[in-house]
Amino acid sequence: MANEESGALARFGVTDREIEQALGRVKVSTVDYADLYFEYCQSESVSMEEGIVKRATKSIGQGVGVRATAGEKTGFAYSDELTSKDLNIAADTARYIAESAQGTAPVPVTHRPALARNLYPHDRADIEVATRDRVTLLNAIDAEARRYDPRIKNVMAAYNTEYKVMLVATSDGLMVGDIQPLSRLQVTCIAEENGNRQVGTFGGGGRIGLEYFQDDQRYLQFARDAAREAILNLSAVDAPAGVMPVVLGGGWPGILLHEAIGHGLEADFNRKKTSAFSNLLGKKVASEACTIVDDGTLPFRRGSLNVDDEGTPTSRTVLIERGILRGYITDKLNARLMGIPVTGNGRRESYQSVVLPRMTNTFMLAGESDPQDIIKSVKTGLYAVSFGGGQVDITNGKFVFSASEAYLIEDGQITKPVKGATLIGNGPEILTKVSMVGHDLKLDEGIGTCGKEGQSVPVGVGLPTIRIDEITVGGTKA
Amino acid sequence: MTRMIGEQDYTNIAQDLLSRAKKHGATASDVLVADGETLSVQVRMGAVDRLTKAREKRLGLRVFFDQRSASASTSDFSRDSLERFVGETCALAQAVVEDPVSGLPENGQYATEFPELHIHDATKLQTDQQIDLALRAERAAFAADSRITNSEGGECDSSSGRIILANSHGFMGQYANSSFSLSVSPIASDAVGMQRDYWYGVNRAFAKLESPEAIGQEATRRTVRKLGARKVSTCRVPVIFDPEVAGSLLGHLCSALSGYALYKGASFLIGQLGQQIAPDFVTIYDDGRMPGGLGTRPFDGEGLPTRKQAMVERGRLTSYLLDTYSGKKLGLPSTGNAARSIGESPSAGPTNFYMVPGTTRPEDILASVKQGLYVTDLIGFGINMVTGDYSRGASGFWIENGELAYPVEEITIAGNLKQMYTNIETIGTDLVFRGRIACPTVKLAEMMLAGN
Repeated sequence: MANEESGALARFGVTDREIEQALGRVKVSTVDYADLYFEYCQSESVSMEEGIVKRATKSIGQGVGVRATAGEKTGFAYSDELTSKDLNIAADTARYIAESAQGTAPVPVTHRPALARNLYPHDRADIEVATRDRVTLLNAIDAEARRYDPRIKNVMAAYNTEYKVMLVATSDGLMVGDIQPLSRLQVTCIAEENGNRQVGTFGGGGRIGLEYFQDDQRYLQFARDAAREAILNLSAVDAPAGVMPVVLGGGWPGILLHEAIGHGLEADFNRKKTSAFSNLLGKKVASEACTIVDDGTLPFRRGSLNVDDEGTPTSRTVLIERGILRGYITDKLNARLMGIPVTGNGRRESYQSVVLPRMTNTFMLAGESDPQDIIKSVKTGLYAVSFGGGQVDITNGKFVFSASEAYLIEDGQITKPVKGATLIGNGPEILTKVSMVGHDLKLDEGIGTCGKEGQSVPVGVGLPTIRIDEITVGGTKA
Repeated sequence: MTRMIGEQDYTNIAQDLLSRAKKHGATASDVLVADGETLSVQVRMGAVDRLTKAREKRLGLRVFFDQRSASASTSDFSRDSLERFVGETCALAQAVVEDPVSGLPENGQYATEFPELHIHDATKLQTDQQIDLALRAERAAFAADSRITNSEGGECDSSSGRIILANSHGFMGQYANSSFSLSVSPIASDAVGMQRDYWYGVNRAFAKLESPEAIGQEATRRTVRKLGARKVSTCRVPVIFDPEVAGSLLGHLCSALSGYALYKGASFLIGQLGQQIAPDFVTIYDDGRMPGGLGTRPFDGEGLPTRKQAMVERGRLTSYLLDTYSGKKLGLPSTGNAARSIGESPSAGPTNFYMVPGTTRPEDILASVKQGLYVTDLIGFGINMVTGDYSRGASGFWIENGELAYPVEEITIAGNLKQMYTNIETIGTDLVFRGRIACPTVKLAEMMLAGN
């Protein structure tokens, strides 16, 4: 990382000395911890609709966020100017919560030695894909989706990339930088037949470059999958309403874990005792078939990071082990206040936002059941394989997630496709109803974005095929 | 027009960028500059939890090379960076495909009058003043009921900013705005579990913000009434939306009326202009000139004048939400609803969008329901804008013989937005603006409720 770090510093035009002085100014004796987070982020988007690539946008942002924590308090300021004057103003503002005069002794920081791993090694050139290459790819997607079925009337696709350079200097004496590439390709198709219009979407990505989408012409498969879902929905029947067994397919349906338990296990809510999971550590919150982890160390995944935004290397944290609640995901502030380990989950959307404990890639480990047997075990129920968004009320534990591709199960057979419906359940309860877990663990395609306190960060989820004995399905058919 | 805050004259930067773009060969361009400052205070359990202070600026450039165009944004205003920025934006535009509909609005359409709209209040709050307001709101929430045992905290934010828009047709406009908000989120608990709700006030003028005591008390009233919530059985019943959630029904309407959703075939209201989409007692306006409104502005994201227009008049759909581009795609003129994120091409969105209040008091609407659901919270994203299919997580109260009988949770309500608008049966008298979209209490004849 050493090269990247010095490259990052050069870009920010700030010297070690200036950083140490600013840290010294904010890290007074009544401040427990302080950090400076420098960020440069360049994002590009090219999008296509009606068969033409008509929009291209680019955004460049850089700045620094200065943070001080004292007890439970956080003082935070940010600036898009990086002069030492601006750094000092931000440092003084952040220190306001400590109610003490500015510090004078610089805090020495040592550059962390290169990390043994780089989960997403990339040249900048891989990420800064030439606009014409993006145009070629998007045009091919349009043609492929229309070729899939003449009932596809419109195709919309967008190719977004982000190239983020971060450098964090902390009052622990740490200075660490990272380069975090991110790409995403999203396809939406609209199908029409006799006035019935339906939509289908598919997308994927990660901390990868153009070659990922080109491998095995993956981008064409995205086009076909989006078209297939739109066509399928043309024949969808009304979704049922009420409590029934539901089989979730592998991959993206793992959003269940993210909403039902992941947010509830973020340390901040548990420190404040505002989570439905507060005081449940060591208790049974899921069936024995369920082991769930949050893992920020998977190569190239959308939710992965070499280090979190406080400079802590990411890790694999066991949240639930054979049904027992084992741990929370933490940042430095909450780990310190709760006296529990730092898990490397301190994340922020940008230099303009404070660090919060956030998920990375959250998934359930594979079980032993054959996915076919899981479907056969259901007499009447729902089989859901793709979802839109989800949401949770942390305090009462109620969560929802909305199916975008689902089928009826009748006498153990997958039959008709049904219209999208929202599934609702209670977080601490729902996983106790998981009676079968498939051996087919699959991670999602890399499209997830998680929102918390107005901050968006990229995340991943994963799930094997599972059977939930009962959950409320919010359809329209009694 | 309001005098500008701040020390720097960004109009010069905007003009400079326009002339640089021209030198690079751009046939037309526009520049949007925004800057502002915010102070955000969060308190929790009687102490400061988080203090955030910032000043930021950003500019966006859109260039046209005949009918090719691209947009870009940056926060780096240094001279050298801006020259490189203009060059890169122009290169980007030349790499995309020609779009025959693209372009700036024609001359003669731009805003020329800038009336005082009361959207900027120069009041500067001190940090301690904001801390005090947030603490008072939280204290009031705790004092209002002993079942409040915990808190997600109180928050007091103030911000001010300005927007400058200039283009190569000679338009140059600017305005300043401000926002003051106060909220609190108490947690109530009983033997069974915890419930959280919140209440808030937001206003462009500090003096018009509700008192912290009123906000704290209302937050607690909304929170404690949720204790003991249970599920109910799956059934088809009348549903009353309280004003907070009724606003979301108008929000979905805005999405469906956006010219972009319409021309892409991604709206369930395609081809409905002039048609009856709701009963004849439903009238909905979009008013970009409402004094002090949170969506008020003198001109839209393309420099066209904002205005007040009927969107739905006695149940008939009378207008879409259009900017120049989406208007041309639909063969219609812009409605002055260009919305703009810095560095993006325009989209179309509402300004102050509201349903005209009805004549029935909210308590009388409640009294009209023998058995049904009163919804106070909705969660999730189960809305399909292409078909109008609607399925969301809900909580609220079960209505028995015209009264709120007990709180309910872990249920969904489902239907189709097209039918839901048609099914509006009663509109309340209680219209209050707490955001850009506002709606009184609304009763729908029937929806599918999924529970036990």
